[in-house]
Amino acid sequence: MLNPISLAFKKTKKEMRPALITYTVAGDSSKKQSLEILKAISNYADILEVGVPHNTPVADGGQIQTSAYRAIKNGIKMNDIFEIVSDFKKSKNSKPVIFMGYYNMIFQYGENNFIKQCKKSGVNGLIVVDLPWPENKVFSKKCKKNSINFIQLLSPTTSNKRLKSITKDSHDMIYYISMLSTTGGKLKESPKKILANYKKIKYINPKKNCVIGFGITEKTISNFKNTDGLVVGSQICKEITRSLSSRQNPVINVSKLVSKLRKKIS
Amino acid sequence: MKLKKGIPVIDQADKLGFWGGKFGGNFVPETLKKPIEDLEKQFNKLKSNKKFIKERDKYFKNWIGTPTRFIKLNNLTRHVGGAQIWSKVVSDANGGAHKIYNATVHCLLAKRSGKKVIIGDTGAGYAGKMLSMAAKKFGLKCKIFMGAKDIYRQQPNVKAMKKNGADVIPVYSGSQTLVDAVSECMRYWVANCDTTAMCVGSTVGPAIFVRICGWSTSQISRELKVQLMNEFGDIPKKIKLYNCVGGGSSSFGFWNEFMDYDKKQVEFIGVEAGGPAKSKRHAAPLTYGSKIGILHGAAQYVNQNNDGQIEETESISAGLDYPGISPLHCFLKDTKRARYTAASDEEALKAYQTVTKYENLRPSLEPSHAFSVAIKEAKRLSKDTIVIINSCGDAYKDRGILEKKLGKKYVKSN
Ligand SMILES: Cc1ncc(COP(=O)(O)O)c(C=O)c1O
Repeated sequence: MLNPISLAFKKTKKEMRPALITYTVAGDSSKKQSLEILKAISNYADILEVGVPHNTPVADGGQIQTSAYRAIKNGIKMNDIFEIVSDFKKSKNSKPVIFMGYYNMIFQYGENNFIKQCKKSGVNGLIVVDLPWPENKVFSKKCKKNSINFIQLLSPTTSNKRLKSITKDSHDMIYYISMLSTTGGKLKESPKKILANYKKIKYINPKKNCVIGFGITEKTISNFKNTDGLVVGSQICKEITRSLSSRQNPVINVSKLVSKLRKKIS
Repeated sequence: MKLKKGIPVIDQADKLGFWGGKFGGNFVPETLKKPIEDLEKQFNKLKSNKKFIKERDKYFKNWIGTPTRFIKLNNLTRHVGGAQIWSKVVSDANGGAHKIYNATVHCLLAKRSGKKVIIGDTGAGYAGKMLSMAAKKFGLKCKIFMGAKDIYRQQPNVKAMKKNGADVIPVYSGSQTLVDAVSECMRYWVANCDTTAMCVGSTVGPAIFVRICGWSTSQISRELKVQLMNEFGDIPKKIKLYNCVGGGSSSFGFWNEFMDYDKKQVEFIGVEAGGPAKSKRHAAPLTYGSKIGILHGAAQYVNQNNDGQIEETESISAGLDYPGISPLHCFLKDTKRARYTAASDEEALKAYQTVTKYENLRPSLEPSHAFSVAIKEAKRLSKDTIVIINSCGDAYKDRGILEKKLGKKYVKSN
């Protein structure tokens, strides 16, 4: 049986479009509201990345930091985050959910315990920003054994040799970081160059589903229609911040935004 | 876990950069793997290259000013009435603190690799001030990340950085102190690592930064060894080396050359920042038994909650106000080579008053923490014990705090 992540890509490929992957921070701005946001945007998004907020993030720009600090300030804990996912999965069991976070959160929970909770609550994949290859070899194997996708990251600075080794150790999905940037940076590379790198990765193993993230927004997304998947994060976090400060409902505004993003690539 | 003899501690990490199999490492985003690998290759080659060492020593001697003084504190010794109290006055170094060694080496490396810009973090402002000095000396552009709270409380150093032409970038996230400055600096590097070199201001961060910094500050103990031989004709039988510990760069450098001595002969005492008396938000992860976690790319003992969120710290001394600690010190603690304890804000202030009353020496609030413990312990020690405190910073930067806490008479103007 294919896992939900692979199934999602199979479906979008049939529809001849990239998968839309959204990133929102668990607990932003509250446990309840972040669950409502997930439910609402899952009508348009194919895969949901759920950010596990951390207070010393070394790769996140201002927008995602703001969301993460807001969530932590409102008291979100690791166990709440697992609950958000299991509540979400009660109504949307087939929609894949991926955690994105920093290794210390997993380390403190205990690797095995963390994986167990992921399985129990319905988390399908993990992106661990600061656990690169080859440091992640042991943990990613553990994930695979438990049918959890460990999603390897690739970047413009990754050498060809590394690209090959990492791709070889990857599971169904890999994540290409489009440019040298923290999350939320303006797209500073030309789409042409990003797509050339993307093709290089696809050429190594065409079967791996490769998604592109960083700098993808409503403005830039349509440049990347011929890819396996696209991740939008900071623009969504920014929309939550904007809604809160103008006393509007983030759930409605964010789902409007995600629906627009989806239209641009359909 | 074992400390090996005959191999520099900085070279005792395994292939993945872990000391003792569990401290340090490279918990970094994929984007930084390449620049870190490049820096590792460059450093591994140069650290035993005679020409490079000659160049380093030339700048250390002519520009930083080596050796810094090793002096007996006669009045303080008499006042305390126990062991002989000595000080290695590292604040003699150009700029007024040990941070100059690491900054200089990083600029030498950056220049060789053709980088035009160098960035760095700072807490007390010394790491930033020194990096701005070295960058200016070597013709590099310089950006310094500094917590907004620290900018406010360490103005003299901020002014110095700006005078040297550095961009000082205030960091408003989190506790607005050193921990946030290091995070922001690393984030900036993630986005600019193709053109920019990074200097981490202490023996923290990904393994290569720990190694470069420890290698650079070891100048302190190289000098001290010679000075001890000159003074005593031999390494004395009972020495105790007291040093404050923030990230751990001055203490590591103060101890490194004595690593292979039995600790009964040369004992290392690291003094962390206990924060205000009774405060729970100390900056002393080794003293108070914090759990291992990951901070700024390395596994270390670090103050954190059950979930793994890093906890805010509180200390009168901006340079020690950091929730984590160098993997090197975690290793020295677990192998029992060094002993760690803490001094509170109040104890550090009191030590500052005592030292300045009896001696013509003005240690900044960081080394005042070390003086506090040394003075207390020296009382109970025999006359043939040589207590040495690394006075690794000058109090000029703390004048605002000192004036507020102790009154005008404790602040000299210069
Ligand atoms: C004078 C002085 N001493 C000590 C420290 C603490 O750092 P480390 O433990 O790396 O020496 C600092 C840091 O800013 C400092 O400025």
